[in-house]
Amino acid sequence: MKTKTKNKAFIDRLLDSNIMISVLVVVLGFLVGTILIILVGKNPANMFSSIFDSMFGIAKRDGTWNFRYVGETLAYSLPYILCGLAMGLPARVGLFNIGAEGQYIMGMTAAQTVALFVAPFPGLWFLCIVAAMIAGSLWGGIVGLLKSKYNVSEVVATIMLNYIALYSSRLICFTHPGASTYNTDPLPAASKLTKFLIPTSNFNVGVFFVILMVLIFYFVINKTKLGFSMRATGYNKYAAKCSGISDVRSITASMLIAGSFAGLAGAIVLLGGAFPNGRIITSMDGYGFMGIAVSLVGNNTAIGNLLAGILFGILKNSQSLMQSRSIPKEITLIIQGLIVVFISLRSGLEIVKQRRLTKKLREEALSK
Amino acid sequence: MNILTQLPTVLMIVSPILIVAIGGMFTERSGVVNIALEGLMGLGACAAASTHYLMETAGFGRYSIIIALLVGAVAGWLFSLIHAVASVDLKADQTISGTGINLLADGLTIFVAQILFNADRTKEYKVGMLTDKLGLYPTAYIAIVVVIVAWFVLYKTPFGMHLRACGEHPAAADSVGINVRLMRYSGVMISGALAGLSGACIVLTQTIQYTSGTIGGRGFIALAAVSFGRWTPLGVAGAAVLFGGAQAFAVISNNIPALTNLPSEYFNILPYAVTLIALIATSGKEYAPKANGIPYEKGAS
Repeated sequence: MKTKTKNKAFIDRLLDSNIMISVLVVVLGFLVGTILIILVGKNPANMFSSIFDSMFGIAKRDGTWNFRYVGETLAYSLPYILCGLAMGLPARVGLFNIGAEGQYIMGMTAAQTVALFVAPFPGLWFLCIVAAMIAGSLWGGIVGLLKSKYNVSEVVATIMLNYIALYSSRLICFTHPGASTYNTDPLPAASKLTKFLIPTSNFNVGVFFVILMVLIFYFVINKTKLGFSMRATGYNKYAAKCSGISDVRSITASMLIAGSFAGLAGAIVLLGGAFPNGRIITSMDGYGFMGIAVSLVGNNTAIGNLLAGILFGILKNSQSLMQSRSIPKEITLIIQGLIVVFISLRSGLEIVKQRRLTKKLREEALSK
Repeated sequence: MNILTQLPTVLMIVSPILIVAIGGMFTERSGVVNIALEGLMGLGACAAASTHYLMETAGFGRYSIIIALLVGAVAGWLFSLIHAVASVDLKADQTISGTGINLLADGLTIFVAQILFNADRTKEYKVGMLTDKLGLYPTAYIAIVVVIVAWFVLYKTPFGMHLRACGEHPAAADSVGINVRLMRYSGVMISGALAGLSGACIVLTQTIQYTSGTIGGRGFIALAAVSFGRWTPLGVAGAAVLFGGAQAFAVISNNIPALTNLPSEYFNILPYAVTLIALIATSGKEYAPKANGIPYEKGAS
């Protein structure tokens, strides 16, 4: 009898813990991915060894330690973390920001415009980053304004703005010096982000900005009046309004800040990458969309986003190793997609919880 | 160059957008938003391209096209079931579930191509759909049939009336004995099948293989058409023709002397910008089905 109650409590605790559910969802995603790999006749060990190697840089086969992998993994994580934050902050206000991709593109475009048109000086990279954050912020701010003032669904608005951003970016970049169909003149060295700690990889000083943004996210949400207003609006817009909290302010502010996170991600990918030339993108990079998954896994919290972003960076970096070990690299996308699908099924747990509660109450009532 | 000679190209590009937009309309009229249209189109296109290539090489001849179209529709329908289970049974956030399916489709389509063909795209088939005497692809006729049938089903049959009721006021529909769950499942499954069919139409007329760029945002254009067309078959069809036409101009503007200097990006932006402006202009007026996107809980209201 005693063990039974203990057991019950464990399940209840599991259902109540966001962290446990995130872990469970990720494990489930990997499990189904592994089954899929086995079904198509490949060896899942190759998949896990690729992930392991890109995580720690240890090539298990010959025992050498290649630190470059760790650097690449962390470099890939940076835009994921930022785009996760860009999804996470509006989510706390009750908005679904699918627009990180567009904000990312506008940030990247602004950074490239500054890099190519401003005469190079030692701090050019910083100016590029600032420009990117402002551009992304404005692009996100439009959504906030449309949502709060005109009650336009942020989901539809951000999807539209993503594509407007993609084609606007192309139109803007066509005017850049040396523009061809897919790239421009090389970016000046002063605009590139300095390599940091692991010079053989693309890991760069952008990491300090990312850490700063994670801290800003944490403090804004948890320690400021604005953050309190945001969370209040997220819990119940009407109740918040009745207690004098302006939902227009919360919504617009959250989208402005979120846009700056995504814009920064665009700058870091452009200026921190190995590619010397400016880019004219023909399709979306997908960091913004993946940011949705990052934030969902990270429960829209600062630390959660950081960890989930690193997980996604590991998966991204392991793609090339997987492909070389005859595992189709798209399995990582499948796992990530599955994780999001499983998270959406989470609401089913609420139904389970409700049933358990009803059953418990009924039992109690009957025993009396 | 006469603009009429471009009509077959315009119809080739408009038809799939029309088909998937009608699907999007059905699901939203039943009360479920489906932003996974893009991904479902990709799955349909990949399935159709693979089927057609494999059957063509096996010597099935012209039947292979029809079967490929069906397989595309079935693929879209199957994966839309995930969305149906999540949003109808488990009352999930429909945006999250749709995003998940989009991500899943991105990975799964290319994964399948890697397994079947050892490349990040399906193998090129030799002969796709053929045009008729007027130079039109059969997809144009399929699209017209879909619109007419959609109008008839939605407004002239009990099924259509029940479906619309579930999108407006599910509790009221439930109270008069309409099976809300069945209606919403139907809405999502229709959208899935039509999205898959639309993807198959794209891959069999406009290209010779499936790649990661084959769909290129057309599913999202369809979403825009649904809201710009205010959720009615004729409105959505009109919006799809307008938006599809803009896409077509992006492709053929190089052949029209007056437009050669205009970057095609302007045409590409058009559908999205028009929809956004329309949403702002009509803000405050409610054209959308009232219960669109809201899970129905029995006895909650």
